[in-house]
Amino acid sequence: MVQGYMYPNEIELAWSILIVLYPFITGLVAGAFILASLERVFRVEAVKPTYRLALLTALAFLLVAPMPLQLHLGHPERSFEMYLTPHRTSAMAMFGFVYLWYLLAVLLLEIWLDYRRDIVLLSQQTTGWRRLIYRVLTLGSSNISENALYIDERAGYIITVIGIPSAFLLHGYVGFIFGSVKANPWWSSPMMPVVFLFSAMVSGIAVVLLLYMFSSWYRKQTVDMRCVDTIARYMFYTFIIDFSLEMLDLVHRIYEADESFRSLDFMVHTKLYFSQIVLQIYIGTLTPLALLALTQLFKIGEKARKRIYSVAGSLTLIGIFAMRWNVVIGGQLFSKSFLGYTTYKIGFVAKEGLLPAIALMLLPLAILWVLVKLLPPWPDRKPLAREDRVLVHGD
Amino acid sequence: MNLTRRQLLLLLPAAAVAWESVLAGTPEASPNYKMTEHWWGMLIDISKCIGCGNCVRACATENDVPEGYFRTWVERYDVSDDDLVNPAVDSPDGGKEGFPLIQRGGKNFFVPKMCNHCADSPCTQVCPVGATFITPDGVVLVDKKYCLGCRYCIQACPYGCRFLNPKTNTAEKCTLCYHRITKGLTTACCENCPTGARQLADLKNPKDPIHAFLRTHDVQVLKPYLATGAKVFYNDLDGSVR
Amino acid sequence: MSRFKDAEHLLRLAAVFALGAVVLVVARAILVPKSFGEYGHYRGNAIAEIAAQPVKFAGHQACEACHADVATVKSKGMHVSVNCEACHGALASHADDPTGVQPPKLDTAVLCVRCHEVNGAQPKDFPQIVAKDHSAGVSCETCHQPHSPLIETGAKQ
Repeated sequence: MVQGYMYPNEIELAWSILIVLYPFITGLVAGAFILASLERVFRVEAVKPTYRLALLTALAFLLVAPMPLQLHLGHPERSFEMYLTPHRTSAMAMFGFVYLWYLLAVLLLEIWLDYRRDIVLLSQQTTGWRRLIYRVLTLGSSNISENALYIDERAGYIITVIGIPSAFLLHGYVGFIFGSVKANPWWSSPMMPVVFLFSAMVSGIAVVLLLYMFSSWYRKQTVDMRCVDTIARYMFYTFIIDFSLEMLDLVHRIYEADESFRSLDFMVHTKLYFSQIVLQIYIGTLTPLALLALTQLFKIGEKARKRIYSVAGSLTLIGIFAMRWNVVIGGQLFSKSFLGYTTYKIGFVAKEGLLPAIALMLLPLAILWVLVKLLPPWPDRKPLAREDRVLVHGD
Repeated sequence: MNLTRRQLLLLLPAAAVAWESVLAGTPEASPNYKMTEHWWGMLIDISKCIGCGNCVRACATENDVPEGYFRTWVERYDVSDDDLVNPAVDSPDGGKEGFPLIQRGGKNFFVPKMCNHCADSPCTQVCPVGATFITPDGVVLVDKKYCLGCRYCIQACPYGCRFLNPKTNTAEKCTLCYHRITKGLTTACCENCPTGARQLADLKNPKDPIHAFLRTHDVQVLKPYLATGAKVFYNDLDGSVR
Repeated sequence: MSRFKDAEHLLRLAAVFALGAVVLVVARAILVPKSFGEYGHYRGNAIAEIAAQPVKFAGHQACEACHADVATVKSKGMHVSVNCEACHGALASHADDPTGVQPPKLDTAVLCVRCHEVNGAQPKDFPQIVAKDHSAGVSCETCHQPHSPLIETGAKQ
């Protein structure tokens, strides 16, 4: 189990697969949001069909993001202490507020402002418990006049503009949580927040691409090819930047070859070979890059392009998950004495085992299913019709 | 020992009173202990350590340390002279039952390890809620009633001295026997070290022998390049020590 | 006026946020432990709680209060710096209740070799032996007085 020498307390890993899940999920959130902001702020009209879906995807994953952390904590019942007595020097504490800010002041607000017209109309047109939900969401106001909607649009624009650096902060902070640990040379790097952010963008774009294509197929609607071609193009460019950053980190390490290098190099060639070289680099990065490059360089038919995007998107998600695994788990497999290695023993039906991890990865999809039923994001859906009488606030 | 009953009758009450006053030395209970008058550290003399493991056992007894985890441990080094940078190191069960005989060709010595009670500790820096902290008298402690068990401090410690206690689900480590040193006792490890390889040091006390020792010996701290402000000083520490 | 009416939903939203902020402030006032921040960013009472942990090793001064004669023998021998509980184990309970709690009898066959059996890395000037060659099964206290073990100066009576 232990090869060479490890400090006795290092043998058991402190951070498990749940801590791998957490940056993966928040990465999807940040990436999905940035894709949505492409349309709203940068006026990339082509991706508009995925705007609402991207926002709901971001919300579904953001709601699940704290769950692996809660499951991991020794005392989850004390987690509110992070909001009561946050330690200002701790990146983890500050992240609690970044998360809260992003959830409340950015994502929920943007969704509410964009959907408000639909919410008000649905609160009048539905019955039963659904009506109650919509009525609560209206916050008591049913003003959807031209002016009010214009104000919503302007406010939403401002929120999105604030939201872009907030999304950067959301995932950059996660990178900083690792990157600022001077005790761990696998983590400690100023590049960490940047690498995390770009890989987050790639994964978020991939997940929205896949969900859009899947939901179109499921609902028997035609896929807007201009939209997916544009999304794929952004994914391709972002992935090139991400891959370049990771290669820069690698080349720098090999060149400088500091005291940790020998130990880390050995680890990558042995314990981390499958997850890093095979899964992350070959299958998860080079293959999707090659596939996407094909679509950029050659004229390929619609059906084939859709297949390529599906495969590339799926492999990308696997690759980015592998990257999180390699950072979190890889950072704990070697000894801080640089003299040894340990093994990660993962349980199945255990508090921090594989089963809860799988459940937590599926949960956002279940939440998304509820969200799309409640707030349909489909671009092909007929816009709700207003009633004839003028609606005033207070109803 | 041959005490007569009479001698015992005289000595017992005296001993009881002495013991009670020692026990009474908690920071608030004893007016004698003022945190601001102390700045605790430790001196570990590699040239004296014999690898008996008494310190590891004593610490485990004094502090109810769970099996398989270590608030202090001892490492044995074997440094061959054609590879000074890559020693062979072992620490069977943290050195708790001593070390079996090995005959290796190189330079051999023992290195006791523990929390370094860093003045600029990276572990207290990363705690999200303030559950681990450095006291005004220089001891890094964990408030187990407040700790979330997030394990960030365990990741941030460069010396591997922290662990998660599976019974309390909170982070744990050497407390420099705070409950002893505030009563005028020494730490359990120092009390039980047969050779004086481990010595508690009060850097603020001008009469503490550490001052003379630091002036006359070559000492080092572990991983000085990380600038942790470690307060455990090692005498005769070889460059190969990790 | 109409502008206010059209932005009214935003004001309702602001009110929800304000309410949330109030809840957070009130929660802080109630839930943050009173001693938090007394000495730094931590619960001040934690220091006293940790200092109140019971002591298991009495410390050699407590032993010497009663066993001064042993202390005298030890002070003249090679084991002068070996404290009592290093061999006798944690005995604060005995110091608390000397007649009620008796220290366990020690087995020198196990005890002495812990330090003195050669392990290859002890300092060269430290007395090390290979027990089976040195004593071949004979227990250590047959020849050595544990409190002053060097045979020339502290021979067993």
